[in-house]
Amino acid sequence: MEDKKKVLIVEDDPVIVISLEFLMEENGYAVFIAKTGEEALELAEKHEPDLILLDVMLPQRTGFEVCQILRAQDKFEKTKIVLLTAKGREVDIKKGLTLGADAYITKPFSTRDLVKTVHDILADES
Amino acid sequence: MATKPGLLVLSILYFGLLFGIAYYADKRRELGKSLINNPTIYALSLGVYCTAWTFYGSVGRAANLGLTFLPIYLGPTLMVLLWGTVVRKIIHICKLYSITSAADFISSRYGKSPGLGGLVAIIAVVGILPYISLQLKAISFTFEIVRPVEELFTYSTTITHFTQDATFYITIILILFAILFGVRRLDVSERHEGLVAVIAFESIAKLVAFISVGLFVVYGMYDGFGDLFGQASKIQKLQSLWSLEKEGVYSEWLFLLLLSMLSILFLPRQFQVAVIENVNETHLNRAIWLFPLYMLLINIFVLPIALAGRLHFPNMMVDADTFVLTLPLAAGQKPIAWLVFIGGLSAATSMIVVSSVALSNMICNSLVMPILIRLPIVRIYEEATLNTTLLRVRRGSVAVVLLISYIYFRLVSDHASLVSTGLVSFLAVAQFAPSLLGGLYWKNGTKAGAWTGLLVGFGIWGYTQLFSQLIQAGFFPQSILTEGLFGIHLLRPMQLFGLDSMSPISQATFWSLLLNTICYIAVSLMTRQDAIERSQANLFVDATRYSDTQRTGLWRGTANTEELRGLLQRFLGEEHTKHALNVYAGQNNLNLSSGLPADSSLVQYTEKLLSGAIGSVSARIMVASVVKEEPLKMEEVMDILDATQQAISYSQELEEKSEQLQKLTRELQEMDALKDEFISVIAHELRTPLTSIRAFSEILYDNLEIKVSKREQFLSLIIKESERLTRFINQVLDFEKLQSGKIQWHMEELQIKDVIEDSISSISQLARDKLIQLHFDPTNIDAAVYGDYDQLMQVMINLLSNAVKFCPKQSGEIWVQVRKMQDHVEVRVKDNGLGISPEEEELVFEKFRQVQKATQDGNPTGTGLGLPICKRIIEHHQGQIGIAPGSENGAIFYFTLLPAEHRHKNNVIMKLQANH
Repeated sequence: MEDKKKVLIVEDDPVIVISLEFLMEENGYAVFIAKTGEEALELAEKHEPDLILLDVMLPQRTGFEVCQILRAQDKFEKTKIVLLTAKGREVDIKKGLTLGADAYITKPFSTRDLVKTVHDILADES
Repeated sequence: MATKPGLLVLSILYFGLLFGIAYYADKRRELGKSLINNPTIYALSLGVYCTAWTFYGSVGRAANLGLTFLPIYLGPTLMVLLWGTVVRKIIHICKLYSITSAADFISSRYGKSPGLGGLVAIIAVVGILPYISLQLKAISFTFEIVRPVEELFTYSTTITHFTQDATFYITIILILFAILFGVRRLDVSERHEGLVAVIAFESIAKLVAFISVGLFVVYGMYDGFGDLFGQASKIQKLQSLWSLEKEGVYSEWLFLLLLSMLSILFLPRQFQVAVIENVNETHLNRAIWLFPLYMLLINIFVLPIALAGRLHFPNMMVDADTFVLTLPLAAGQKPIAWLVFIGGLSAATSMIVVSSVALSNMICNSLVMPILIRLPIVRIYEEATLNTTLLRVRRGSVAVVLLISYIYFRLVSDHASLVSTGLVSFLAVAQFAPSLLGGLYWKNGTKAGAWTGLLVGFGIWGYTQLFSQLIQAGFFPQSILTEGLFGIHLLRPMQLFGLDSMSPISQATFWSLLLNTICYIAVSLMTRQDAIERSQANLFVDATRYSDTQRTGLWRGTANTEELRGLLQRFLGEEHTKHALNVYAGQNNLNLSSGLPADSSLVQYTEKLLSGAIGSVSARIMVASVVKEEPLKMEEVMDILDATQQAISYSQELEEKSEQLQKLTRELQEMDALKDEFISVIAHELRTPLTSIRAFSEILYDNLEIKVSKREQFLSLIIKESERLTRFINQVLDFEKLQSGKIQWHMEELQIKDVIEDSISSISQLARDKLIQLHFDPTNIDAAVYGDYDQLMQVMINLLSNAVKFCPKQSGEIWVQVRKMQDHVEVRVKDNGLGISPEEEELVFEKFRQVQKATQDGNPTGTGLGLPICKRIIEHHQGQIGIAPGSENGAIFYFTLLPAEHRHKNNVIMKLQANH
């Protein structure tokens, strides 16, 4: 189990979390779940995930802020970040990518695309 | 005395030349080739400012007091800077309203007040008479001085009988000249081309004469400026003459500057040539530089001649006022002396003639005519032609003014020096400044203010100047000068109110102008203008807005054309009237032969023509005698007059409008931002369940071998999320309906407990799922309300499901209570959940605001529209909804409704009101 890649899911809607959790576990990742930005930073510190699925529209601290804070630390330099954003917010996508995100997925997402994106990005590294 | 007859002949020849020039100019005008329609002639005619006082007196003053002769010429030079605005505006007004004198100007400005015009005329006459007599004195003494050189040091003024006095004959000639070229006939425009041509010529004559003697003294008697000043500087007491290091010299300079600045505007002769005789406003542009240049040239040799005089006649044996003449005489240069004599004569005569014409105009139009036309004994209305009467009055005035001046000269002016009398006159006319300049730029100046200011200023002038001169002439005891009137020290005429640090003329200038101005402003602020004053104030202050073609004024009335024509003929003569009416018909595209419409326009034209001839006051009275004046309604008066106020209020309106626009724009921008927010929130609320539905559907589709328990969970989540989506869409639609008022209300009398029981039963399953206890006791509740059953149920269900959502599982409890108050029914829903903090109270009723606390079971949160919908429903029921105090430990929501009886009562009242 040593080589199981760790994925941190950051999403405030509990139902969406259930679906993401299932998809990641099905594909052999170790999953951690955060419902707020604060929680996300805490868990990232604790578990040092390989990839973070990060919802942009979070209460209190947004996904952008989380992304920015993480990228400011050397520790998370290699951590992959995939943003979950609303469709049609091209401005958000651009902003996210300049803030250091590796990819983005628009909601409602295709589960196959999501899984493929996560897989490709993690494969890239190794 | 051998030269005296020679001088008389020379004088007569010179006068002959002047008559010739005047005659030629008048002829040119009749041919339509005006000689004086020329900016250079206009600028030269302004040189009438330089009188015999300049010609002889400046040298006298310089020889005794040094440079203090200068401010009298620097003042006008400074004032010229303001001509472009002040004088231009005065000229414009005078042309627009046919004003022919300063008296007419002031009376016209302050509601065409006859009294005010009379007062100004009196001040002008009393103030100027000594000045004219001073000029006569100058002419007289030059006759005495031009004599063989050996007699120079022994002459004395002997009292001769007036029939042997050359000055008397000069006076008679001047009267004839003034009448012939100043008041030969009546002219609407009141311009005198012959007279102005002569003035301009005399300006050249005196300049040439003065510069000639200056050049002779500096280069003939000495070896240029260097030599002259070099010799003078060797004598100690002469050095102080061109230095300014004397005590009190600055205040003296200041007041002399002020006096001369005002004089160049208000001296009757200056007003006459600068304003009344002006042909074209643009001529000012050349005068603005040419006139100061003229003043500079005529002053260049003043100090050199004074120094030469002091060097040449040590021990003050010769009157310094005569240096201009006595220096060339002493040097044996008779031709130069004769030239100087002509120059001095020019300076004196031009002043005398223009002043007397200007004064006769004031006397006639502002003093005599207003009285004459009111006297029934004079039967003036029946006289066939009044223009001869008018001419007689004017000619008589000229003669009287000059003869009185002559008498004054014989009796008094021997006692006063050239300079002091000039300043006395300056100060008299300076009193016009507050009323005239104030009236030009300040609309609130009132008639009462002008009266008070002028009377106070004139009073102080009379006491400090005229009175003290009469004391010096021996008409009153000398002790008044040293002890004060009635022995009151503060009332010493030359040190009024104890002001003894200034010269007599400075302190008089200070007090009279200060108190004059203060009284004018203070009384103006305390008094109100009547309608005509207000009208005139607007017409004057805003004069630049009106052009010549516009008919301005307050007059509205109807008249008989023949009567108007008759009136004009009586004052202007037949020929002039015919010409004027032709011009009028031409301007208005009317046919004279078919008769002119006797409308208000013709009436105003007539009044304007008459104003030129007899002054605005008399013109108004005369026109009123043949015109049936319709009183203007107050609203119309306001319409005509308050053009400015309209403009101001219009711009204020514009300002308000633009403020409103800005506010609207801000509101629109806010609404736009709100709309954006609304749409993005809706999109988010729709997208979230959709994301789940799609994700789970795809998972199930791709994983056919998924565990049954998982499949069931996912399918139930799909159903739940679909319901959530449906609920949200419904709420959005509900909310939109409520917001836009499209909802159909079914208002009826109902029992609130029925609503509550129905709502509880519809959410009981939810409560049971979470093992929440619901407490409601419907017994003993009899609260009938007036409302929409379904909508009220929605409110109850919303509040209950909120409570369920925030209650803890198993231990959760919800209480519903109904309280019947005097004028309303209150329903409370209380839970033992997380509670609501005071800061969140206001927010929860705004759309899309949700309490940020996580729900107890991680179930989907609300849509954010539930409470805003409740709020609108309750508001429609004229009730209130809110959070009760003490909600920190478990929320307490309440809403109120009107009891049915109450509603019934209201309905009855409304019906009763409708029936009446």
